[in-house]
Amino acid sequence: MSGMAATDTLSKSALSLKVIIPKLEAVAIPLFAVIFGFAVFSLFLIVIGKSPSDFFSLVYKAGFSTGFSWQNTLSRAAPLLLAALCVALPAKLGLVVIGGEGAIALGGLTAGALGPHLSSLPYPVSLPILFIASAMVGGAWIGTVGLLRIKRGVNETIASLLMAYIAIALMNHFIESVFRDPASLNKPSTLPFAEAMRIGDMPIGISVHWGLFAGIIACILSWILIEKTTLGFAARIAGSNIRAAQVQGLPVGKLVIGFTALGGAFAGIAGFYEVAAVHGSANASLIAGYGYTGILIAFLARHNALAIIPVTILLAGFEASSGLIQRRMDLPDATILVFEGMVFVAILLSETLYGRFKIFSTNYWSKIS
Amino acid sequence: MNTSPLASSSNMKAASVEAINMTMQFGDFKALDNVNINIRAGTFHALLGENGAGKSTLVKCIMGFYHATSGDVLVNEKEVKLSDPKDAQVLGLGMVYQHFTLVPSLTAAENLIISRADAPSIIDWKAESKKLQDFLAKMPFKIPLHQPVSQLAAGEKQKLEILKQLYLGSRFLILDEPTSVLTPSEASEVLSHVKSLTQAGEISVLMITHKFREVTDFADEVTVLRRGQQAGNGLVADLTHDDMALMMVGQASENKTVERQNTTGDIILDLTSVTAPDRSGTKQINIDHLNVKSGEIVGIAGVSGNGQTELMEILTGQRQPLDGRISVKDETYSATRGEVKKYRVRYLPEEPLQNACAGKMSVAENLAFRNFDDTAIGQTRSPFWKNNSQINANAEKMVSEFNIKTTSIHSPIEALSGGNIQRAVLARELTGDVDLLIISNPCFGLDFSAVASIRERILDARNNGVAILLLSEDLDEILELSDRILVMSDGAITYETDATSANISEIGFHMAGQH
Repeated sequence: MSGMAATDTLSKSALSLKVIIPKLEAVAIPLFAVIFGFAVFSLFLIVIGKSPSDFFSLVYKAGFSTGFSWQNTLSRAAPLLLAALCVALPAKLGLVVIGGEGAIALGGLTAGALGPHLSSLPYPVSLPILFIASAMVGGAWIGTVGLLRIKRGVNETIASLLMAYIAIALMNHFIESVFRDPASLNKPSTLPFAEAMRIGDMPIGISVHWGLFAGIIACILSWILIEKTTLGFAARIAGSNIRAAQVQGLPVGKLVIGFTALGGAFAGIAGFYEVAAVHGSANASLIAGYGYTGILIAFLARHNALAIIPVTILLAGFEASSGLIQRRMDLPDATILVFEGMVFVAILLSETLYGRFKIFSTNYWSKIS
Repeated sequence: MNTSPLASSSNMKAASVEAINMTMQFGDFKALDNVNINIRAGTFHALLGENGAGKSTLVKCIMGFYHATSGDVLVNEKEVKLSDPKDAQVLGLGMVYQHFTLVPSLTAAENLIISRADAPSIIDWKAESKKLQDFLAKMPFKIPLHQPVSQLAAGEKQKLEILKQLYLGSRFLILDEPTSVLTPSEASEVLSHVKSLTQAGEISVLMITHKFREVTDFADEVTVLRRGQQAGNGLVADLTHDDMALMMVGQASENKTVERQNTTGDIILDLTSVTAPDRSGTKQINIDHLNVKSGEIVGIAGVSGNGQTELMEILTGQRQPLDGRISVKDETYSATRGEVKKYRVRYLPEEPLQNACAGKMSVAENLAFRNFDDTAIGQTRSPFWKNNSQINANAEKMVSEFNIKTTSIHSPIEALSGGNIQRAVLARELTGDVDLLIISNPCFGLDFSAVASIRERILDARNNGVAILLLSEDLDEILELSDRILVMSDGAITYETDATSANISEIGFHMAGQH
């Protein structure tokens, strides 16, 4: 009996070559695109008279070599994981939402404005309240983008981008007026959090706050939602072919609003951790471009929530190295943005390569076996 | 016919085209097997055959889109090498496609001028218009030159497509089902103009069609293809419709008919005074009354673009009606998933890959669209977790029951052939209890055997008491399957008849908007 089962699995694994190899396409093509982006950026460095090998060794040194550099990388990874989900979840429904920065700003503002007023409560009560409030504000903001799409046919990409500008302007307005801490002179901020309410570090030996944990959990939960539940299956149908989903009677409108709101909620939570764990108050430091780097990460990960985790760590390392590169190579701060832009263009171009390589086609492998 | 079509005059401009021993192999499949066709200069030649008989493959080989596995093409009796469509254009071979290739926002004149390969970078519109007028003065038919093409009727657009080919200097014209988007009267007008051009020796024409009437009324000669082989050819004058039908279909006994059982029952689907905007937003769909009873097939005939697409969208919940009531089993129906399941409604939209499948998702996943969230026995709500083993088992079962050919149930469904995709959708939609089936052009683009098996399944469903609404642009399909025939024209149901007493000319009359 057991022998029969063994041969059965064996023949199955031989057969499954034609199932597995086509799936590798999703890894091979983005990898190729990243290497291509690296190559173009290296050319750029050579043209301006800098050494690409210096650059990449500095990135390694500043991002991944020591405990301190890992600390720097991983603290940036926390908001990036959540910001990338704000792109990847709507993308499962075929929507390109690029305004996560706005939800981060408003989530942070919510935490900064409410936090100091909750200092009388014990922190196991006050922090969850802030967490949920930031998530709700971020969710409502990006959920509105989904609502506009469904009800009025407004292009979600443009709506989310413009709403990000509005959100940032609103945040600046409020931290400079009603919620301003009179003591913050040069850098307008909300009232600082009480020490007891600040979120501390995880017990992993280096100083990285709990936002990283929240980000990783959010990625895992998102992956389970999409791949393992009927709700995620319905969303994937709607994202692959909205007409087929409508003919099946699936609630496309509710799915769009739900997934955009969930993505926005994650971005709002990123704002909460930035305030409660990093800055201690809401101020202009919240606008650090995490929302935009999140777009690059989501596309690199092909909107796969689990793939977001390693891609984020890679990109966070690059961002962490920008200071060292600036000092050592005498390059401007924007160099990392040039690099990210080139990788992004390479990723977008690589989208046209899917299905062009015979080696990844099921037919090719079924003919061989 | 007072002038002999085969007489050649000394100043004949029309080109002759001959294809000899054409064979085209796609992998293991022979799309063309040693086919010969000879279109003499100045003749109107019809190419007849079912879907998938190899008509398109043959003309694509002649036009240089495909490179035949073996065989030669002769133009004006000289062997030519056609490596791409540009070569064909240089030799004066032109093609008019089934669907329009005009720029809708430009005028007819602008469309003609920009189509020229040698159009200058800066166009002197005055001079060009003058030249165009001179050219048109010599043509047998007129079209308004300075109106945007979007405002032209379908017949005028088709004439413009033909004019464009003449303007480009084509001496041999392939027309690919040129009348499929025209009303019968528009079709007659366009084709008689084309015929007069061939009689004048201006052009030779090869027309792909599956309408016998067009062959007898306009063509001089006919070649019939069946399953990639030449099934017959000859002068139209020597052939009857029965002769052509026999060549086209082969043994008539192949088409086994399912016996109809008299099972008509209660009204299942009912539409009353339903109105909705059409796609262009300028007109309205207006269905006063439409019902389908269980155990009957109601066929809606009509020329494409008369509101059938919109009606399908209303019934599938993709288009919100402005007014009126849609009910299934006497309950208001708006095509939500809950209602679809409760009233057991299933759909077969046209072009299943575009309208009923997620191309990049696997065959197994596509086959699970109807039942992945079915409430388990003893439960009150849809399950939260997706059950992959159930999805795979469901797929294995459907693949074997409906004979779907796929390398694996995990392959993306878009890798399957058209017939297999349609079978997959059919498997999904006809498995389980069905009370109402709404179908649109189920056999479009499928080969003969796939068509037969799909029609058989539809009739089986009818005999099992399913209420079926069939929208089709193929009148033969409507006549073959329906118990009751309606005609849709200009967004409304304009005619109704029993299939047994149906009068084809009466139906055609209403399809053409004469009511």
